[in-house]
Amino acid sequence: MQPFTTHTGNVAPLDRANVDTDQIIPKQFLKRIERTGFGQFLFFDWRFLPDGSADPAFELNQPIRQGASILLARRNFGCGSSREHAPWALDDYGFRAVIAPTFADIFFNNCFQNGMLPVKLDEADVDELFRRAAAAEAAGHPYRLTVDLRACEVRDDAGFTRSFAVDPFRRHCLLEGLDNIGLSLKHVDAIAAWEDAHGLGPLQGGAPPQGGAIG
Amino acid sequence: MAPPATGGYIAGSGARFPAHGGRRSTPKPSVIPAMPAPRTLLDKIWDDHLVCSPDGEQPLIYIDRHLVHEVTSAQAFEGLRVAGRRVRRPEATFATPDHNIPTTDRRLPIADPISKQQIDTLRSNCREFDVRLFDLGDADQGIVHVIGPELGITQPGMTIVCGDSHTATHGALGALAFGIGTSEVEHVLATQTLRQSKPKSFEVRVEGELHPGVTAKDLVLYLIGRLTTEGGTGYVIEYTGPCIRRLGMEERMTVCNMSIEAGARAGMIAPDQITFDYLRGRDLVPKDFDRAVAQWATLPSDPGARYDRSETFSGGDVVPQVTWGTNPAQVVGVDATVPDPASMADPSDRSSASRALEYMGLESGTPIAAIPIDRVFIGSCTNSRIEDLRAAASVVRGHTVSSRVRAMVVPGSGRVKRQAEAEGLDRVFTAAGFEWREAGCSMCLGMNPDTLAPGERCASTSNRNFEGRQGKGGRTHLVSPAMAAAAAVAGHFTDIRQWHYH
Repeated sequence: MQPFTTHTGNVAPLDRANVDTDQIIPKQFLKRIERTGFGQFLFFDWRFLPDGSADPAFELNQPIRQGASILLARRNFGCGSSREHAPWALDDYGFRAVIAPTFADIFFNNCFQNGMLPVKLDEADVDELFRRAAAAEAAGHPYRLTVDLRACEVRDDAGFTRSFAVDPFRRHCLLEGLDNIGLSLKHVDAIAAWEDAHGLGPLQGGAPPQGGAIG
Repeated sequence: MAPPATGGYIAGSGARFPAHGGRRSTPKPSVIPAMPAPRTLLDKIWDDHLVCSPDGEQPLIYIDRHLVHEVTSAQAFEGLRVAGRRVRRPEATFATPDHNIPTTDRRLPIADPISKQQIDTLRSNCREFDVRLFDLGDADQGIVHVIGPELGITQPGMTIVCGDSHTATHGALGALAFGIGTSEVEHVLATQTLRQSKPKSFEVRVEGELHPGVTAKDLVLYLIGRLTTEGGTGYVIEYTGPCIRRLGMEERMTVCNMSIEAGARAGMIAPDQITFDYLRGRDLVPKDFDRAVAQWATLPSDPGARYDRSETFSGGDVVPQVTWGTNPAQVVGVDATVPDPASMADPSDRSSASRALEYMGLESGTPIAAIPIDRVFIGSCTNSRIEDLRAAASVVRGHTVSSRVRAMVVPGSGRVKRQAEAEGLDRVFTAAGFEWREAGCSMCLGMNPDTLAPGERCASTSNRNFEGRQGKGGRTHLVSPAMAAAAAVAGHFTDIRQWHYH
């Protein structure tokens, strides 16, 4: 997994609540069997008009937001389907962090599996970031933020600094880019002990016979 | 309660607690032991499945059953292959294709080459990793959340995961069941465990009973409307109270299924006689069923157990529900009108509602019952079980689908389909003008050819009314099977409480 330590980049404000994973990556693109190549389909139904051209009204299509790598959104971001294709698409498009007041649980988990940092800030702080982004863009330049996982801090170069909370284990894994499965397999003895204690016995492998109870 | 000598693993029943099982190295008390603190259903399952909680790490919990489908598993199996890992417990892993498959004649080849490749990939992965597959053409194939309970794969006290957010369904049988992402699917395949911090518990208590014509679907939509789409985030919901106890097994599945629409990864209902009666005789339940029941009966929350949060509702307050917006919390009674965003206090609710009304092509103040519809979909892991089809058929019997409506019934599994056909329900539907299809997720998410055209308006028994969910530009209204059936006949929403049954 790619590590996440500190990232500085331009902000793309998406002033919407309850952005669901069906919007982030619509179902017609879930048939691929790879983890890559989803960025071109990110927010597809919002991004593109029926004739295939970019919808100039959609937030991420604003010229000033091209190349943005930090997504700023409203509450309950990533709700709905468990599809990990959502963080894959955000990552492939170029986003490294998402800032919102709240996230849906499964999406939040999925981000951490992919070296992407979801940052929860208070609603008032998110409001302030939207205001600052709007002011910067009105002045003709993109709004830049730094998301610092070492310091657990979001800051701009005009005095905005807020710390955020993150689970210490997840932070560690993200900072180091650790393989979660490899880490868990270090506890294989504990797993085997649990299985023994529950009468699972040696692993049989294979499927149970048709109609039989699982022994 | 020592483990039985042979083959009697009661399937992670959660019933052998440390205090009784003696399998953990609990220090011997030097004084008279205090009364054990009362525990919730969640506490009991959690405690029993905790593998280890190493310092500085998230705990590992054991997973009893892992359900797999074609859309979220290919990358996980590929990850195993690349790392040279195997599936730790293939016999606890069950796969079926459901999301992207056509619901037309199963003998026909799948026209979409990318869909076909995804299904072929599931087949070859199951072969390579020795996972049992209920394939297309298998009599027991179906929506993963329908076949799990139906085959007895799902049992009380278990931990169950699947790369699908509606895994919450299985909690209806007293299991802790939730959706996971593909990386976590890979983790479970490789380790049979999951990294998980213990979720908070949320008791949603429902007093009283539902009025005639009001169903579990109406109840859960009503609850989501009050809890909001994120009210359950971070929690596992346990539904309790007399109104819940009165629900049948299929109805309980409908309620738990939609917990995720209120933000809760899992919803659960303590097992009782209804649960045990439902499971008895199913294919994959423990051989010594009575013994399993005795253990399952210890699972319900102890009197005085504490939840992190509790809210109480009254079943008698619920009327048939219809969603008007683009998330399941945007819902009102069928006797209401489309709400006015200007009347909403929260600015974010207001802007969401305005956007939703624009997308849905609706105006504030329009009576719900005056909204005409073009399509009806009866199906999905929320409402495609035999009880759902019986309810819909009883409404349709002797009536004809409106000439302006195209209506479709998609049974949840091969078994549901055969049962319905044995009862003659298929003929009730087809005689009225419904299409009768093969099992699958179908138009709930429209990954297969069953989709809405832009602008089409659908009364749907599924679980999500998100923009484009059933097809780009499609407009989804979530309702119960009976309400969907009535809308198909009337051509618009209509209050099922006033329906003329033949």
